[in-house]
Amino acid sequence: MIRERLSGNEAVAYAMRQINPDVMGAFPITPSTEIPQYFAQYVADGLVDTEFVTVESEHSSLSTCIGAEAAGGRAVTATSSCGLALMYELLYVTASCRLPVTIACVNRALSGPININNDHSDSMGCRDAGWIQIYAETNQEAYDNFLQAMPIGENPTVRLPVMICQDGFITSHGVENIELLEDETVKAFVGEYHPENYLLKHENPLAVGPYDVTNYYMEHKIQQAEAMKRAKGVILDVAARFEKISGRKYGFFEPYCLEDADIALVLIGSSAGTARAAVDELREQGVKAGMLKLRVFRPFPAKELTEALANCKAIAVMDKAESFSAVGGPLFAETRSALYSLANRPYCINYVYGLGGRDFTVKTAKTIYAALEEVIQVGGTDEIYRHIGQRSE
Amino acid sequence: MNRKAETIHEQSPWQQMTEGGEIYEGGTSRLTITGEWRTRTPVFLEAKCRQCLLCVPYCPDSSIPVADGKRLDFDFDHCKGCGICVKVCPFDAIVFQEEGEA
Repeated sequence: MIRERLSGNEAVAYAMRQINPDVMGAFPITPSTEIPQYFAQYVADGLVDTEFVTVESEHSSLSTCIGAEAAGGRAVTATSSCGLALMYELLYVTASCRLPVTIACVNRALSGPININNDHSDSMGCRDAGWIQIYAETNQEAYDNFLQAMPIGENPTVRLPVMICQDGFITSHGVENIELLEDETVKAFVGEYHPENYLLKHENPLAVGPYDVTNYYMEHKIQQAEAMKRAKGVILDVAARFEKISGRKYGFFEPYCLEDADIALVLIGSSAGTARAAVDELREQGVKAGMLKLRVFRPFPAKELTEALANCKAIAVMDKAESFSAVGGPLFAETRSALYSLANRPYCINYVYGLGGRDFTVKTAKTIYAALEEVIQVGGTDEIYRHIGQRSE
Repeated sequence: MNRKAETIHEQSPWQQMTEGGEIYEGGTSRLTITGEWRTRTPVFLEAKCRQCLLCVPYCPDSSIPVADGKRLDFDFDHCKGCGICVKVCPFDAIVFQEEGEA
């Protein structure tokens, strides 16, 4: 084990060096630019033998990855915000061709108005593209999640691309203490990529991504859906294997003080640290507050999440992305839908927060816990779709 | 699961189809008759043909079979009637007819 101090971007680039992928499609966009930048230095220093392909757009960087992965190589790229949006068409192609490309997504608001700071609108916007999505709270988690991406996505029962997300600037540029694994340990853990079929397999000609007429398309979509279901088990298996080499435990989500909680926040990413501090303060005052930090958004762990939240009386689901549905954000829609299967459902409200880098503070979190107590006291609310952190008259 | 393309058809259940629609062999277009898209039909006039074979590489659908150095009549199971062969033939040995015309 190596003790270091790295930013989230450095940590992911470090993981990429240890994995030594065959191809990187590289195109800069704030705040993910540092990932290909650090990696380019590794290439220049001869520390990796990756084909570093500098392209003219993110559409091309993901296309590069698709070609490389179909050829039988391991391909990675990094992007943010509008870069991910420009990949949109190819995100679906990657997933439907069942190519386990890995994207390091450094979450940033989408234009417009143009903004370079963190929220989750970029990756949430492509949540239905068929990619596995795993989110990090810290630099450590960004590193650890990236190392787990390929063993998950490349598993022959899965064969799906993986998006490893971290919060732009907050995580990507904030320097934190981190524990890194030895190169040899990573190499053994991630293993080599040996797909059964690939374009460069001389003895077995292969066509990838052929046209599907109406009579075939739906069957292939069901195969993708089934693979996403199977990914759940593989994600847990890989996490268990990762725990053995790192001592760090991962699941679909991380509960905090949830066992006996009456009120809880459900959220994703770096805000968890803030919510944890709020929970600690409230617990000192005797308030039964808890928190659930979601790590895996796709596949959505509905059953496990429902079990974890079943005994709460009121829940606030925190969305760092607008979906303009006029009834709530994407995490809210999934969470509330999952809770519907409970006979005694907790009250469930939504807060859209942190858009475009708007701060999320311990005080804000405590305001939300207080609102949950009020919902319980009053016996419900019609106001389920809320925003917090904005100026208002 | 390397299924042969010929074992997959419009009644195949999803469990018996290849992931991503991958095809693990060459020449599978023989299994699909695409010539029915055609609205105009090239007619090969063998008497005018000098066997220069220029039409063969120009055909986007590989629908001009060649045997012993000579082109044969069109493969109408796959010719889509684009008319490129008609344009490139230097000897007017291919003419274009409306589909169904005698």
